[in-house]
Amino acid sequence: MSTETPAAAPANFDLFSFLAKFAPLIFLLVLMGVFALLEPRFLSPLNLFNVMRQVSIYGLLAIGMTFVILTRGIDLSVGSLLAFAGLVAAAVAKGGFESRFAVGTAAEAAGYGWFLAMLAALAVGVVCGGLQGLAITKLKVPPFVVTLGGMSAFRGAALLFAGGGPVSGFDDAYRWWGQGYIGPIPVPVVIFAIAAIIAAIALRYTRFGRNVYAVGGNPEAARLSGLDVDRITLSVYVIIGFMAGLGGFVLSARLNSAEAVAGLTYELTVIAGVVIGGTSLFGGIGTIFGTVIGTLLIGVLLNGLVLNNVSSYVQQIIIGVIIVLAVAFDTFAKSRRKRA
Amino acid sequence: MASGVERGSGPPLLRMTGIRKSFPGVLAVDGVDLEVAPGEIHALLGENGAGKSTLLKILAGAQLPDEGSIELDGRPIEILSPHDAQEQGIVTIYQEFNLVPTLTVAENVFIGREPTRGGWIDWGRMRRETRAIMDRVGLALSPDRLVSDLSVAEQQMVEIAKALAIQSRLIIMDEPTSALAEGEVARLFAICRDLQAAGIAVIFVSHRLDEVKQLCDRLTVLRDGQLVGSAAVADVSIEDIIRMMVGRDVERLFKQRNVHRAGEPALRVEGLHASGDPRDTFATQLRGINLEVRHGEIVGLAGLVGAGRTELARAVFGADRIDAGRVLVEGVPVQPGSPRRAIAAGIGLVPEDRKQQALFLALAVRLNLSIAALDRLCGRLGFIDRGAETAMVEEYRERLNIRMPSADVAVGNLSGGNQQKVVLARWLALQPKVLIVDEPTRGIDVAAKAEVHQLLYELADSGIAVLAISSELPEIMTISDRILTMREGRLTGELPIADATEEKLMQLMTMGRERAA
Ligand SMILES: Nc1ncnc2c1ncn2[C@@H]1O[C@H](COP(=O)(O)OP(=O)(O)OP(=O)(O)O)[C@@H](O)[C@H]1O
Ligand SMILES: [Mg+2]
Repeated sequence: MSTETPAAAPANFDLFSFLAKFAPLIFLLVLMGVFALLEPRFLSPLNLFNVMRQVSIYGLLAIGMTFVILTRGIDLSVGSLLAFAGLVAAAVAKGGFESRFAVGTAAEAAGYGWFLAMLAALAVGVVCGGLQGLAITKLKVPPFVVTLGGMSAFRGAALLFAGGGPVSGFDDAYRWWGQGYIGPIPVPVVIFAIAAIIAAIALRYTRFGRNVYAVGGNPEAARLSGLDVDRITLSVYVIIGFMAGLGGFVLSARLNSAEAVAGLTYELTVIAGVVIGGTSLFGGIGTIFGTVIGTLLIGVLLNGLVLNNVSSYVQQIIIGVIIVLAVAFDTFAKSRRKRA
Repeated sequence: MASGVERGSGPPLLRMTGIRKSFPGVLAVDGVDLEVAPGEIHALLGENGAGKSTLLKILAGAQLPDEGSIELDGRPIEILSPHDAQEQGIVTIYQEFNLVPTLTVAENVFIGREPTRGGWIDWGRMRRETRAIMDRVGLALSPDRLVSDLSVAEQQMVEIAKALAIQSRLIIMDEPTSALAEGEVARLFAICRDLQAAGIAVIFVSHRLDEVKQLCDRLTVLRDGQLVGSAAVADVSIEDIIRMMVGRDVERLFKQRNVHRAGEPALRVEGLHASGDPRDTFATQLRGINLEVRHGEIVGLAGLVGAGRTELARAVFGADRIDAGRVLVEGVPVQPGSPRRAIAAGIGLVPEDRKQQALFLALAVRLNLSIAALDRLCGRLGFIDRGAETAMVEEYRERLNIRMPSADVAVGNLSGGNQQKVVLARWLALQPKVLIVDEPTRGIDVAAKAEVHQLLYELADSGIAVLAISSELPEIMTISDRILTMREGRLTGELPIADATEEKLMQLMTMGRERAA
């Protein structure tokens, strides 16, 4: 009842905040255990690398999405932008815009090379992301609406650009970005890891990262503290655009083909991963570490379901339910924070 | 005013025993007992972070105690939710408002208890009753106004109205007066006495001890989460109370500022017209403001609620658009309409409403404190020098005596007064040339208030020009070298501190227009 020193509080263990912090990680490990028992193939190096490679594309988008959601925003256009950027990259690699209707043929794949292709994809991503950011900050249209528009517009642009068919067959240097290895590790995984580390450092240790948290935590207070709220908001949409461009390029390299229907419903998977990783849709709270774990969790879940022959329809149902549960948990955690 | 019900006659209305509550890293309430008699106005006192709000939140069902029991009328009760508390007739006016900003006054007053007719909300009745209650608190507010458009003081009155609309036996008021000016405080006291006459008990938290002397029957003091003691208010002096709160003798607390040498003009405002926050349709219009604050000078800005003091502060700081006129710092015009440029020009503003306008509640104290001064903490590439940042946080924690478990807890977990200190620290860390403080000591305990005054003196002595807004006339008269009065968006007078009396100020604040004309 009485303590010696009133100031020294008992080091009581807060189960809730412990769970909130590590729940995704624990859940990930449990899930992997279950799948390993159900289907021994799951733990084979081949499959694990496959999962990782698949997850890497989601992961790149999820990193960008973390910045956006931290500022209380959302981006529904990532899947469409990824497809559009991938097509542009493919067309550039295949020798410019003339050959973009060369459906399914492996024409002379010298073109301008992978380097120009990647630059083109990134440029498309940055410009489209920037345009959305401008619409949000200057025209004051809510992010949900702007990126819903973007989702439709970029998909349309991709379809128009592809003229209805995929662009396939790249040279080795191009395909290396999606299919190659550095040591034993697939290249997309390396790209994802590097991007995650840079993003985590930027969020944690730089002024820009602080500003992102502040804008999401309380936009009015951020403005009155002298932050350039519009510029910060614009930058997060440029970042996610960049990530979509990069993702589009890597995906086309991995599939050795770019098509207009790439990345359909990616926005759902990506947002689910970010939210499961503990980033709050109310803004201001979240980490890249959480996003990585959340995205891995989704990737493992999808892969495990496929290995166990669960139909893709059922997979969609499961993803839907998980999103709602994750947000319910977020809302619950928020109300707890408020009451506490 | 010890006109309350005699103690000892019959059982107390409320008895809390051995209440204990800890948060990670803090033992907020440590075995506290509290007894309140029917019809008693009971003061709950203590320094910032002493555990007052936590104890009251337990009573209100907003938080669950780790240990302890609560009896009402001698019957043990369990309060597991705010709903339980209301069922028992315990109603709370929280320190941090609980209004829904996007709803109207009437909707807020009747939230969760909307009167219905045949299953539909009876809007007519809701408006009528809201108007009646608002009359009772003496605020002629339309029931249809959005709460987000109200000033802090008006929101506080709506909170009070909301509590009055509920049938209650015990009303908890956690710092109801910190956002109010004198006239409204008087009205609140009248309401409290009405309640008392009807046998309703009130638990009253305030850092203004003269109010406690004036209003309350008994008091209970907490320190570091522990019970120091209870006493009849009539039996103790303000000095006694302070000693109980602080735990040691305190020399004369509030010192007048004595020496001062005003230097060159630091802030000049010329012909300023502004229509205030565009989202607030009822903001006071500023009409032709001219003023000057010199280096090393503290200028007080006095006025009633709605006089336009906050609007003036916001316009000068660039938080709102200005329609005409200009603002100069050391003779150089400041580009209007952007707090960012005002800050770059050397102006800082401690805003009136810390929760909406200053704090990032869910984020760490560290971030909250350093956010405006990050430029100085960053090297190339924008990397934050964490060592320097920690040193900065540590410096202000010590200077302002901020109580917090660590720099990495969410600022929303600090007590109200400590949150206010973090906001002050943010602007001190920026080292501005001109500092505008809007209600700088709202919710700050007596000892800390004296420290904040001392701090303002030090700032002025170091050459900073300070423009201070406070609804407490005594505070304005203590800290200022010169006082400006406002009414209805105009400056109505100016008094050097030597000539300032409460009467003269009140006169200028209430009917200055004629005199100034
Ligand atoms: N939700 C919470 N999480 C962690 N610590 C908390 C929380 N709420 C309060 N505390 C801590 O408990 C202690 C008591 O806080 P409380 O709000 O009760 O103080 P108070 O007496 O009301 O102070 P003030 O006069 O400043 O309002 C403080 O040290 C505070 O930091
Ligand atoms: Mg309090």
